[in-house]
Amino acid sequence: MSNISKDKFISWIERYAGHIADQKDYLTELDSAIGDADHGANMHRGFQAVLAKKADLQNKDVGGLFKSVAMTLIQTVGGASGALYGTFFLQASTAAGAKPELSPAEFGTVLDKGLAGIVLRGKAAVGDKTMVDALQPAIKAYKYSIGAGEDLQKALESATVAAEEGLRSTIPIVARKGRASYLGERSAGHADPGATSTVLLFRAAAETLSL
Amino acid sequence: MKKLINSPENVVLESITGLGAAFSGIIKVHTNPNFITRADAPVKGKVALVSGGGSGHEPMHGGFVGRGMLDAACPGAVFTSPTPDQMYEATKAVNGGNGVLHIVKNYTGDVMNFEMAADLARAEAIEVEAVVIDDDVAVKDSLYTAGRRGVGTTVLAEKICGAAAEAGGSLKEVAALCHKVNANGRSMGMALTSCTVPHVGKPTFDLPEDEMEIGIGIHGEPGRTRTKLKSADEITETLLGPIVEDLPFKSGDEVLLFVNSMGGTPLLELFVIYRKAHEILTKAGIKVTRSLVGPYITSLEMAGTSITVLKLDDELTRLWDAPVLTPGLRWGA
Repeated sequence: MSNISKDKFISWIERYAGHIADQKDYLTELDSAIGDADHGANMHRGFQAVLAKKADLQNKDVGGLFKSVAMTLIQTVGGASGALYGTFFLQASTAAGAKPELSPAEFGTVLDKGLAGIVLRGKAAVGDKTMVDALQPAIKAYKYSIGAGEDLQKALESATVAAEEGLRSTIPIVARKGRASYLGERSAGHADPGATSTVLLFRAAAETLSL
Repeated sequence: MKKLINSPENVVLESITGLGAAFSGIIKVHTNPNFITRADAPVKGKVALVSGGGSGHEPMHGGFVGRGMLDAACPGAVFTSPTPDQMYEATKAVNGGNGVLHIVKNYTGDVMNFEMAADLARAEAIEVEAVVIDDDVAVKDSLYTAGRRGVGTTVLAEKICGAAAEAGGSLKEVAALCHKVNANGRSMGMALTSCTVPHVGKPTFDLPEDEMEIGIGIHGEPGRTRTKLKSADEITETLLGPIVEDLPFKSGDEVLLFVNSMGGTPLLELFVIYRKAHEILTKAGIKVTRSLVGPYITSLEMAGTSITVLKLDDELTRLWDAPVLTPGLRWGA
């Protein structure tokens, strides 16, 4: 099975920035319902800052690429999403190390480390109505698929489907973490904005990493 | 959206630049990353106080920087927590060698970003303590939520702890005092109207002309219940009841009564609320010995009010009365 080159990871980040740009008003609308109406604008600001440093990204290994993304997000996004997405890429960076490319299995390990970082920082578990509800099942599906010998494209598509299912599962939940938890019962009936942006991350991966 | 802005992107930077120009003798504005320090920072040997949060709550926190209150404030984007690099640079800039206290309002983003900043500062051997303020009785405190929000008590904690630091208190002492203020203060707010975040361009929520939102937070996030609009006296009872029951405040207690505007409510109305709150507390045998009335922790142009009651003792009263010289709060100095 072919490895994922650094250039493909750059394409992934670029595609994700594009999805965030396209969906920023929708993400903000979701956040107005149960949060503080800033998720789309904040993520967009952060990923535009990442794109502005694209020239720097090209000279880095995979770990360096993820670290640069992490630091930019930490400094520009703000809110919980800056700390959480920043932590995700920072942990992914440590796990990826100074490699020019990753095998699909290595990428699974990298994703796992990123998830562990988010769980530690945000202290959220599946079912709390957060991004973890999409991220955890997506990574599980990805690793299962790779472990079963399926190709990278298939694994990324499984991950995206699992993330989407995770996202849908957040709709009826009463939030237990983040600002939405202040609403109590009134948070039920709305999709979680962080889980929604997480789906886009996997959709962007399925559109770029194996091609 | 009708706002006195040039562009949503520049509103925070342009506002803190104006604040710095208006109060150049008291504060200094630093940019990229953005933070505001006392003009004379760092004050050698003094414990430094750093706070911060999303913009849109002015005068909090930038307006509370100065002698007898904060050493630094970090303004995030509107209603968005500041980023770790801001608190890290602010912490370094005001560190007088005796440690730095971070005063953090309990919002998920604020807590996480302050934690990351504290990690960075500690890696450079700066002693950092953080106290999280969570005084909003509108939010049920349980293991299954992010906990109570930090609201009005934050202003009182920053004033009281600032006085203690000015008087030479150690980091441990000032942090313990901050916990004490948080433990003795309770708040609840309400909204008559929503507010519009500049980069969003439309109101955060719809609130019909004849309705109000009880238990609102300071970010335009909806509260717990929405009801038909009532009289000022009834609203005061609705807010004060849960506050008094929660601590609970008892007959014989001496308290500070803080009636706050969410931004759009004028003093004319705030004093109507204050009058009723004072009456209810007095009838319950609770003695109001100190007061604060005005827009101090706001939510952009939202109309509405929040009430905070802080139980006082001799120490807290003395520190409240101590001189303070900031853009937003000043007496005795």
